[in-house]
Amino acid sequence: MSIISDVIESTKAIIKGMGVTFSYIPKEKWTVEYPDEPVTVQPRYRGQHLLHVDEHGREKCVACFLCAAACPSDCIYIIAADDPRSPEERIGVDERYAKVYNIDYGRCIFCGFCVEACPKDAITHGYNFELSVYNRADLLKTKDDLLITKQKQSPNYRVAFADEDVDSEYKEV
Amino acid sequence: MSVTVPPQFEVLDRPLDTQMTISMGPQHPSTHGVLRLELVLDGEMIVKCTPDIGYLHTGMEKLFEYKKYQQGIVITDRMDYLNPLGNNLAYVMAVEKLLGLEIPERAQVIRVLMCELQRIASHLVWLGTHALDIGAMTIFFYCFREREKILNLIEAASGGRLTPSYFRIGGLMMDLPAGFERRVQQFIDGFPAALKDFQNLLTGNTIFHRRTKGIGIVSAEDAIDLGLTGPSLRGSGVAIDVRRTNPYTGYETYDFEIPTEPNGDVWSRYMVRMREMHESWKITQQALDRLKPGPVKADAPKVVLPDREAMKTHMDALIHHFLIVAEGFNVPAGEVYHPIEASKGELGVYIKSDGGPKPARVHFRGPSFVNLSALPYMVNGEMLADVVAVIGSIDIVLGEIDR
Repeated sequence: MSIISDVIESTKAIIKGMGVTFSYIPKEKWTVEYPDEPVTVQPRYRGQHLLHVDEHGREKCVACFLCAAACPSDCIYIIAADDPRSPEERIGVDERYAKVYNIDYGRCIFCGFCVEACPKDAITHGYNFELSVYNRADLLKTKDDLLITKQKQSPNYRVAFADEDVDSEYKEV
Repeated sequence: MSVTVPPQFEVLDRPLDTQMTISMGPQHPSTHGVLRLELVLDGEMIVKCTPDIGYLHTGMEKLFEYKKYQQGIVITDRMDYLNPLGNNLAYVMAVEKLLGLEIPERAQVIRVLMCELQRIASHLVWLGTHALDIGAMTIFFYCFREREKILNLIEAASGGRLTPSYFRIGGLMMDLPAGFERRVQQFIDGFPAALKDFQNLLTGNTIFHRRTKGIGIVSAEDAIDLGLTGPSLRGSGVAIDVRRTNPYTGYETYDFEIPTEPNGDVWSRYMVRMREMHESWKITQQALDRLKPGPVKADAPKVVLPDREAMKTHMDALIHHFLIVAEGFNVPAGEVYHPIEASKGELGVYIKSDGGPKPARVHFRGPSFVNLSALPYMVNGEMLADVVAVIGSIDIVLGEIDR
């Protein structure tokens, strides 16, 4: 290949490639300027756990230890206790409840096995993914952090509807 | 083994001061992770290349022996992190083979659908990073945009983007969400245009040709001798694909071609993967057309977690639920090897069971690991700048090599 045809071929290739690039200029953008704009997470997204309560504000967890048994990374720590008071005054829905319920987010791998295991729907995955902390010890979340009544919704994400087409959202200019 | 030694190899006899040993990696951006290459150079020419692996070793195979069978699925996600659903499939199918489970039709079709989407996503990462290593930056962004669509689909189905753990022993985690078929169809409709953009950016590009053609040649005989599998083998003109030679999950009923290229260089491997994305796209469309309502879990109450409604209303289902989660299920004693065609080659799972709820030994035949062993033969006599092109062309993932 002579040097002239070489230059011509390379220039052609660059023009063709730049043609693709220029063709995207009038099109809609695909990027989301997180954290200035909220990102959309899918309904099944596995984020920070939520410990649920029933309609009277009583914890659903009965401390059956199934989540701890299902956990592949052994990050759930539970101490069970008895609450002999009347049903209206109890902390949990049942006599048995979890006095301590800790999840170590330094170990948790967000696999969802605990949610699948829970027979009382007491633990589910929330959507919060902003879990970074300045101190390793803060990764250990206790019941005070995990209960659904104590968690705050972050403005940095929103949850998609069940059959929403999430990709189309990125196309808004 | 009949590996031809290039004439350049003989320069080892020259005085030592003309040669230089340099260390490429483990923090080099073009080694795709923590791979270290010890290169002996004569000028800019590679005389000897020694891959040094193990920087990402996490003892995954040993970890399986301490986890129940169903807990092992999450470990497989983290091996080849660009193709986690393929790893899930290989592992669950090996366990299902030991158990002798029959998987319902719908679950099999969804497995094929998700695996082919994942294969496209894996190839898109390869394409973006391979071109980026060689110097073409633009395509990287378009590849990751298309991959983002696939990751959104995987996230919608399983809840995880990189670690889906969607396949379970005996079926799936749960059925596809509402509107999933429509969204996959939308992706399928838009993908050929994206693929055309990639072709426009690279396939006709003379600069890209110069960097890839005739580089890192491995002949068909050598490729077989070295144990290459997947696109790296098909780039040498050998049409071997586990989906065709040893079909699983009903791949024998899908209509797709096995692309091969004759030359065995970086360009051939590039073309094979580009055409393979098109074939995967074809399979995805066929799988989507076949989706019919039905169960997604096998009828095996002692192995598969019961339906959540049944678990809350039926005592026997609740007992099975507790037993499976707390104690696991016993798998008949025996050994099994199950290969699948992952995005990088043949991914085989060997499981030895001693009859208990935990495997006695799990071993993975990782495609990246075996393909990496061919790297010294491919780069012999090449220039130093071509090493990154060759590494990109064999598409390695260090998480799977070191395990």
